[in-house]
Amino acid sequence: MIKHLLSMDQLAAEDIVQILDTAESLRHVTDRPIKKLPTLRGRTVCNLFYEASTRTRISFELAAKRLSADVINFSADGKSSVSKGESFKDTAWTLEAMGVDAIVVRHSASGAPAQLSHWVKASVINAGDGSHEHPTQALLDLFSIREHFKDFTGLHVAIVGDILQSRVARSLTKGLVTMGAEVTLVGPPTLIPRDASAWGAKTSYSLDDVIGEVDVAYMLRVQREREAEQRFPSLREFAAIWGLDARRAAKMKSDALIMHPGPMNRGVEIAADVSELPRSIILEQVANGLAVRMSLLYLMLGGRDDSADSPNEGSKS
Amino acid sequence: MPEARFVTDPQFELKARVMEAPEVRRALVRISHEIVEKNKGTEDLVIVGIRTRGAPLADRIAGFIAGFEGVDLPSGALDVTLYRDDVALKSPRSVEATTVPGDIDGRVVVLVDDVLYTGRTIRAAFDALLDLGRPKAIRLAVLVDRGHRELPIRADFVGKNLPTSSGEVVKVLVEEIDGEDAVLIGGDE
Repeated sequence: MIKHLLSMDQLAAEDIVQILDTAESLRHVTDRPIKKLPTLRGRTVCNLFYEASTRTRISFELAAKRLSADVINFSADGKSSVSKGESFKDTAWTLEAMGVDAIVVRHSASGAPAQLSHWVKASVINAGDGSHEHPTQALLDLFSIREHFKDFTGLHVAIVGDILQSRVARSLTKGLVTMGAEVTLVGPPTLIPRDASAWGAKTSYSLDDVIGEVDVAYMLRVQREREAEQRFPSLREFAAIWGLDARRAAKMKSDALIMHPGPMNRGVEIAADVSELPRSIILEQVANGLAVRMSLLYLMLGGRDDSADSPNEGSKS
Repeated sequence: MPEARFVTDPQFELKARVMEAPEVRRALVRISHEIVEKNKGTEDLVIVGIRTRGAPLADRIAGFIAGFEGVDLPSGALDVTLYRDDVALKSPRSVEATTVPGDIDGRVVVLVDDVLYTGRTIRAAFDALLDLGRPKAIRLAVLVDRGHRELPIRADFVGKNLPTSSGEVVKVLVEEIDGEDAVLIGGDE
């Protein structure tokens, strides 16, 4: 397994399958009375969050705790030394000096996790960097899709909305293309990156044109904190043309799914009633995130990669 | 021949075939009888195999017991990878599902594995089981006991005691996974 997870580019199809298969085996731990495995006893995982997060941070924290790792949560808010002007590098070295084994990092700057991986010996997991990538979100989305369709070949996924600034769209498109699915990026021309064809995806400016054909409608959050609204006339207009409302949801194929990475702007990219339709698997995505992150932490931290298997491997004790 | 499987395993050099399919079957039938005898029936009995090759053996033992006792006997499979004490020393292995039938509280769990060697897998299996509940008792059935224990663990039911040197490798083949039933010794360079 890889030492750092910075981008979906690092993962070949067989790596993704291994991560998803392991997650499948681990998900049942959640249904047991004792929801804990001893696997990462004595390891320390630090959640280093320079940007707000609810589900990703909690999901990583819970995943690490379920595997018996110790967890440190570091948020760059008024209560940490970042407010005293400590640099990213000094914070990294401080964590290194305390001997953490993995750093889960979210940062508003694209490439911050890659930079961090050069500074520390710990494994670095990208939990979202600027408008670059969010690989663990892509993996949990792939897991959720595979749950329903079993196979990615021939699957058609529309990723809709604020593509330009979306790290979720970048990572998920890469993952889906790697697994052999067809991806169409849908949104206003101002929110579709000009190099989108290089992602291996098609583009469309009309949700109405594609909604009846796709197996998954993946609705992205309009990132108001990144001034997405300056790229289209108004939220109402966006909702009317690119939002998933009941009328459009009714045109979807009978077994098609609705997904959203959360948090939702209800009434903008997705109508409130649509998010609660049976075909919407938004809460499944959240639940699957835990299993997928457990799988990743186990595969990345659970063993030593440099050791050759012993000659007695076959005759287990 | 399904033996071809090991031609591709560079570390396994076949020295001898010590059990063939009929002997494996007879050993499993005998173990099945012993389990029922010792348990004085099939009440509260659950047969749980340790993945990978203990799982099909557990299914067969449960099938034999169900056959001659005329009962429906549950069997399951335990993946102990995440409970192993060497988990941090090796490259991560893939993890398969643990499927233990129903509630094991107050029941007699018979663990089944192919080879008993150092005892460390069984130690891990104890932890894995106890996280699922509190069995009344745990028994251990193995097809082959090859000695060289590193922990104070012994089997209640043994198919064959096989004296080995620690440089040797014992492979159990099961039809469900390997295409045939056999026990092989390889090894010592």
